[in-house]
Amino acid sequence: MTRWAAVAAASALALGLTACAPAGEGGADGDVTLTWWHNGTGEPLLGFWEDVAAEFEEANPGVNVEVTAYQNEELQRTLIPNQLRTGSGLDLYQQWGAGELAAQVEAGYVKDISEDVADQVDALGGVVAPWQVDGATYGLPFNFGIEGFWYNTELFAQAGITETPTTLDELYDAIDALKAADIVPIAVGAGDGWPAAHYWYNFALKSCDPEVLQTAQAELVFDDPCFIEAGELLEEFIAAEPFQDGFLGTGAQQGAGSSAGILATGGAAMELMGQWNPGVMGGILQEETGDAEATPPEFLGWFNFPAIEGAQGDPTAALGGGDGFSCSAWSPPECTDLLNYITSVEVQTRFGEIGAGVPVTPGSEAGISDPNLQLVFDGLQSASYVQLWLDTAFGATVGGAMNEGIVSLFGGQGEPESIVQSMKDAAATL
Amino acid sequence: MSISTVSAGPAVSAGPAPLPSTPPARRRARSRGLLLTWGFAAPALVVYATFVLVPVGLAAVYSFFNWNGLGGLERFIGLDNYARALADPVFLGAMRNNALIVILSLLIQGPLAIGIALLLNRPLRGRTLIRTLIFVPYVLSEVVAGLAFKLLLPPDGPFDGMLTVFGWAGPKPLWLADPDIAFWTLFAVITWKYLGFAIILMLAGLQGVPEELSEAASIDGASWWQIQRHITLPLLGPTIRIWAFLSIIGSLQLFDMVFILTGGGPLNATETMATYMVEYGNGRSQIGYGSAVAVILFVVSLVVALLYQRFILRRDLAGAITKNG
Repeated sequence: MTRWAAVAAASALALGLTACAPAGEGGADGDVTLTWWHNGTGEPLLGFWEDVAAEFEEANPGVNVEVTAYQNEELQRTLIPNQLRTGSGLDLYQQWGAGELAAQVEAGYVKDISEDVADQVDALGGVVAPWQVDGATYGLPFNFGIEGFWYNTELFAQAGITETPTTLDELYDAIDALKAADIVPIAVGAGDGWPAAHYWYNFALKSCDPEVLQTAQAELVFDDPCFIEAGELLEEFIAAEPFQDGFLGTGAQQGAGSSAGILATGGAAMELMGQWNPGVMGGILQEETGDAEATPPEFLGWFNFPAIEGAQGDPTAALGGGDGFSCSAWSPPECTDLLNYITSVEVQTRFGEIGAGVPVTPGSEAGISDPNLQLVFDGLQSASYVQLWLDTAFGATVGGAMNEGIVSLFGGQGEPESIVQSMKDAAATL
Repeated sequence: MSISTVSAGPAVSAGPAPLPSTPPARRRARSRGLLLTWGFAAPALVVYATFVLVPVGLAAVYSFFNWNGLGGLERFIGLDNYARALADPVFLGAMRNNALIVILSLLIQGPLAIGIALLLNRPLRGRTLIRTLIFVPYVLSEVVAGLAFKLLLPPDGPFDGMLTVFGWAGPKPLWLADPDIAFWTLFAVITWKYLGFAIILMLAGLQGVPEELSEAASIDGASWWQIQRHITLPLLGPTIRIWAFLSIIGSLQLFDMVFILTGGGPLNATETMATYMVEYGNGRSQIGYGSAVAVILFVVSLVVALLYQRFILRRDLAGAITKNG
């Protein structure tokens, strides 16, 4: 190794170590220190959680909150599992819910907060389900939305589309009209896997009875023919060639070349994505234009994933998900107080105002300032049944295999059957 | 005990330096010397054991369990993880990619680096500038270089725009999105990144080739080409062999550039053993399985390294490891 390489390696190591070092031990001024980890690495969420932590400290003398943001995948796959295994040093942390939560509960790392948050659970209703295991509550959401098509109203007008599609056939018509006008109909970030997989999820939601999906989530059984049907619907959809060139290498959320970037810069007319998308696009436009005040594009509109004629599933069901927090098993009682504060009407209303997501606490919807998030919220209210993202619902092992199988279909490899087979194979390794 | 100063130049030499001769030592002095040796080595050994040996051992233990990284190690499954990895077409594809990168690096980067180093070894205006330019990609971190190319190479991106300016009309290949092309794009980026390091290494090796030899040869009427062929290259042998060793090990463990540039995609076309390990172990909460992949990667690298040292570096290392007394 040359000296340069050694120096580079040493400095990289030093940087890495400082990056991983916990925030300064400021426990001197408080009797209780709460360590809080979340994934809001960008504004406005980063500053928002810092404000919330400061307010909580002020209202609770003797409590010190150390709040840190980490990159989403790092936090989910590495930092949290490693820290939980040590049995200390983490109190309130980001919780994606469902399959992952069940594994953490089974290992005894998560506090049962059913009694401490009973009022909140009553108020929130069905959206708490992903943060519950066997009827007990292990966390609370602060953000929950459903997925739909974010679309460019100007390009739709340019292609002569006057009504947003409500059925799959109408969506096909819109795709044809956009192509005729020389506009790329849909941007998809298949390079990241999950954005492409969400098409299959939606087709599965429209093909499968909600009961079948619930059984699949609980028992990881995928024998119902509706799962094959979802793949067949997807094959048909891909064959219509609605996506941009090179979608297999396109990321979802980073830079102008990502699917969100393509939509934000007018390169495509639609993108199927969750409620965070306007925030992502705003961030990309800030980077691209160098304007720190850049906002999500004015032309954005939103419509729900269309219903499919003659399918078995519930036409008013929606696919969605949210973000929540859990308290670790060893956290002090103040952890639940903080969680209750985070999900209070007052904080949730402000959460709606900053436009980072869709608040879940009843009474806070007045804070939703973004008209598109208002559409998402209305869609959520009118959905008869909300299915959590399937990869979250099935857990990382089955979810990863499922996403990979779906992306293969996007790339012209595999069959509707092979997606289901890879899910079954993955479930067998658990 | 005499202390010889160590030059801080590049760690490439054409052979071991002569050892200072020590007078016959008395027993007490010897034990004190041993204590000194271990005393100086201890901090490094502790760090090495903590951050290398223990994790390697733990990975080997985890690899025999079905474990999601939470809770205790309860479900011992013997060699099942290994059997599963070696039966998975994606992992076999990743191994094939690693092997291809090893071979292509040796066949393409090596001759290129030697050729450019020979050209740069002659008196030349602006030689320092050229050397610096060649070395710059190696100084960049893999993540920065990977991100830069990721931003340059999307369909109709800056790179395609440049090609259009240079007269390439019509559709361009999907550099990172076409499963048949992405691997070659990746290899081109790796070559761009590591060629500078190989060239610098060769140039350093060339410093060790005495000029008298080539002068004598040219007086005897040898052409520049003959001198390179019969004098310079053979004397550069040790450097080439060391570079090849570093290149092979680096190619086997290739991770960061792939992870940033393609994430192993599209459709696993650029998966390497290391990216597979992270995606299928960490990414899918199967720490036991990922550990088995890590052990396979470790064993493959170790076997290759040992065989290489045994059969190829033997002459270069002869005498480097001295017996005490």
